[in-house]
Order: sequence, then C-alpha cells, then structure tokens
Amino acid sequence: MVKLVAKAPCEGLLPFSYGTVSLSEVTYDSLTSVAPFVGKSKAVADVFKAAGTPMPAVGRATGKDGQRAIWFGRGQVLLAGLTIEGLEGLAAATDQSDAWAVVRLEGENADAILARLIPLDLDKGVFKRGHTARTQVQHMMASITRTGVQTFEIIVMRSMARTLVHELEVVMKAVAARH
Amino acid sequence: MRITCPICGERDRREFYYQGAAVALDRPAPDAGPQAWDDYVHLRDNPAGRTCDLWFHEMGCGAWIVVERDTVTHEVYSTELAEKAAR
Repeated sequence: MVKLVAKAPCEGLLPFSYGTVSLSEVTYDSLTSVAPFVGKSKAVADVFKAAGTPMPAVGRATGKDGQRAIWFGRGQVLLAGLTIEGLEGLAAATDQSDAWAVVRLEGENADAILARLIPLDLDKGVFKRGHTARTQVQHMMASITRTGVQTFEIIVMRSMARTLVHELEVVMKAVAARH
Repeated sequence: MRITCPICGERDRREFYYQGAAVALDRPAPDAGPQAWDDYVHLRDNPAGRTCDLWFHEMGCGAWIVVERDTVTHEVYSTELAEKAAR
C-alpha cells in the first residue's frame, strides 16, 4: 500500500532570516474550527474551561505555544494543536488541518515589517501579547496573533502559502536594509 | 474611509466588500405582488445624502454590517450588525 507523507504548506520555502527577523513555519498537529450553535456560546465556553483552555474573547487568543485557541471571526474559534472533547450538540467542529498555512515572524522590527503589509495598528501598546485579529496581509485574508513581544503567528489559506512567504521576504529584505 | 465593525472595531475600508443598499433586510411578503417584488429586486434609490448600505467584513471577521453614511460628505453615522438590524 502507498504510504502517504504529509507535506507542510511551506515545505521547501522556510525558514530564513534577514537582519534581526526570522520567518519559520509552525506545524500544528491539528487545526479545528469551532462555531458554537445559536444560544450555545456559554455552554461551549464551559466545555473549554473544563478542558483547561479558556474560550477566547473577541480579538484574543488563549493557550500556550503549540496549543492555542484563537478567535477566528464572528462566532468562530480555531483550535490549533488542541483537541477539546464534548462539543457534540453545542458547536460545529470542523477539521481544517490541511487548509491553512501558519508561519511565525520573530525578532526585533517584526512589527515594522507587518506595518508595511497590514492595515491595522500593531503597536505593542495596542495589539498586545495574546491579541489576535482577522485582517489582511496585502490582498490575502489572514489571522494574525501576537504571541510574544516581537513574535507574531500569521495564518493564511494554504493555497496562498507561497505568496505569503514571498510578500514577507520582500518586506523583510527592505526593512533589514534600512536598519 | 474607515468603517467601524461592531465586532472588530475601526478598520480600513479595504477589509470590506460593498454589497449595496440595505434593502435585503426588508424583504416583501411572498404574496406582496409583482410591483413590490419588482421594487425589491430591481429598483434602488440613489440618494445624495444619508443612505443605508450593507457591507461585508470580508477580510475580517465575516460579519454583515449595516452602515448608515452620507454619500455627499462620506461621513459614517452608524454601523450595526445586520443580524441585529434584521430583527
């Protein structure tokens, strides 16, 4: 029987670094979207709490490295590397493990790089650690989460992995040249 | 132009998709007659001044939003989730 080997969305493209900033791929074991049914948000939040990861509020991410619950849009949370049991009848849970590319931008000036690509105030006083947003990176719809002082996790549709890496690389080179 | 998403807060206009006049929230009854349905499907006002539009926060949270704005001054008066406005 043929043995299928999982291929990461950014395989062969990452990692690399320019100046103080590095870009690498983040591989989560699983990605699951959780959309609570109408009137079930509270019950879903209780299940999350019992499982040890609080349900993230709008614009927030909870959990830790490798296991995150990320607010992912209106009425939707993305479980990254995390499995939560007991959501039957309370929420629509959909496996999206192969649907998204996740990268980590890290290092001094990471915010300066994103400022050129994202129409959102990412200043550390406004967009703090644990904050997340659905916005756009150039023309791509994306989820962006600040996971550290100068560390961001960016999620785009898997089909746009190469474009995301390209856009970031161009800007990383430009910012490195100016500093 | 900046639009305040009731969920995400003030965002750049580029994140939104413009759908048009917010008539979809005021659908005629099935037996309202051909004139009412013709109006609903085809006829739109083109006001110079206050207007209500539906915008989709496509690049953001995915919410449909009713935006009341002025087509002359570009001022945005208010924004509301379409799910609430429809009730």
